Amino acid sequence: MNNRIIIIAGLIIFLCLITFPIWYNVVGGKAAYAPELKIVSEEKQCVESTKYMRAKHMQLLNDWRNSVVREDKRTYTALDGKKYDMSLSNTCLKCHSNKADFCDKCHNYVEVTPTCWNCHVVPEGNKL
Amino acid sequence: MKIDRRGFLKIGGLGILGVAVKPVIDVVSKVKLAEASAKKRVLVEKRLAMVVNLKNCKEGCTDCINACHGVHNVPDIANPKDEIKWIWTESYEKAFPDQEHRFIGGGMKGSPAILLCNHCDNPSCVRVCPTKATFKREDGIVMMDYHRCIGCRFCMAACPYGSRSFNWRDPRPFIKKINPNFPTRTKGVVEKCNFCEERLAKGLIPACVESCKNKALAFGNVEEPNSEIRGILRSNYTIRRKPGLGTGPQIYYIV
Repeated sequence: MNNRIIIIAGLIIFLCLITFPIWYNVVGGKAAYAPELKIVSEEKQCVESTKYMRAKHMQLLNDWRNSVVREDKRTYTALDGKKYDMSLSNTCLKCHSNKADFCDKCHNYVEVTPTCWNCHVVPEGNKL
Repeated sequence: MKIDRRGFLKIGGLGILGVAVKPVIDVVSKVKLAEASAKKRVLVEKRLAMVVNLKNCKEGCTDCINACHGVHNVPDIANPKDEIKWIWTESYEKAFPDQEHRFIGGGMKGSPAILLCNHCDNPSCVRVCPTKATFKREDGIVMMDYHRCIGCRFCMAACPYGSRSFNWRDPRPFIKKINPNFPTRTKGVVEKCNFCEERLAKGLIPACVESCKNKALAFGNVEEPNSEIRGILRSNYTIRRKPGLGTGPQIYYIV
């Protein structure tokens, strides 16, 4: 084991390099930041609770789509009994009209690219 | 009973042969063609249909086309290879090739006919769609779920009326004014007339019918004997496009 020092030094350098993204974010103070979303709306409450929407909005939108397109059922009754027209363009985007500051913030953060906007029209002035 | 190695192999081999012979016998014994016949018409409460009165249709007028293509964000691509159409015009001879002859009179020869998806009773596009993106609603509307369309264009090959268009390119740059309340389509999907199902849901009649100043278009439920459309069908002789194909088109033409 004549090369012990070189091997250990090499290993330490290797570990430093491979963990670079982690400690770089820690040092830079950007570790575990959450994206800040902006909503421009008078409404206090989304269709369902914020927690539910955060976790399940994609399933909800899928269910809405299937219900409207395939079954022609267009009214959603929320848990609190309120009724909504099931429409991404005409219901969701009325409050979340700022796609760049709302949808995109999280989607970019978690690196997902939903294809909704290939067809559904983004409200004017909010295109990234 | 004692069985030796030779005997075991013989019995096993015969057994496998029996399994292999069974499908062959099945093929020879009963010839069963794939189901291709239409379902028997059962009593339905609603069947939406349209009547086009070609006598009232004014040559050169494009009100219905503009109205439809405006609300549904249909792009205006001049190149006929790429064009998208939900409702369009074609000469009488091309629209009704099986009801055409040399001496067609009544001003029909060469005059344009309004064409759109026929919302067939037995739609061939629905039958060929591998993803069930195209389906038939209970009220008879042949609908598309653009989310599901994979752009295979089987439906375009199957439709005998040319009612379907494929988005060879991103349609958005070709839409003059985008209606934000209705989605556009994207590159790689097929699209067609949806009988204004989104307007029907709000209690409105189709945009083309609403926009026609000459009352050349009528829309309604043909299962309702007292409906306006049934009245029109009763008092006029009507024809349909290529009825011999058995698709059961639901756009009726007064010529």
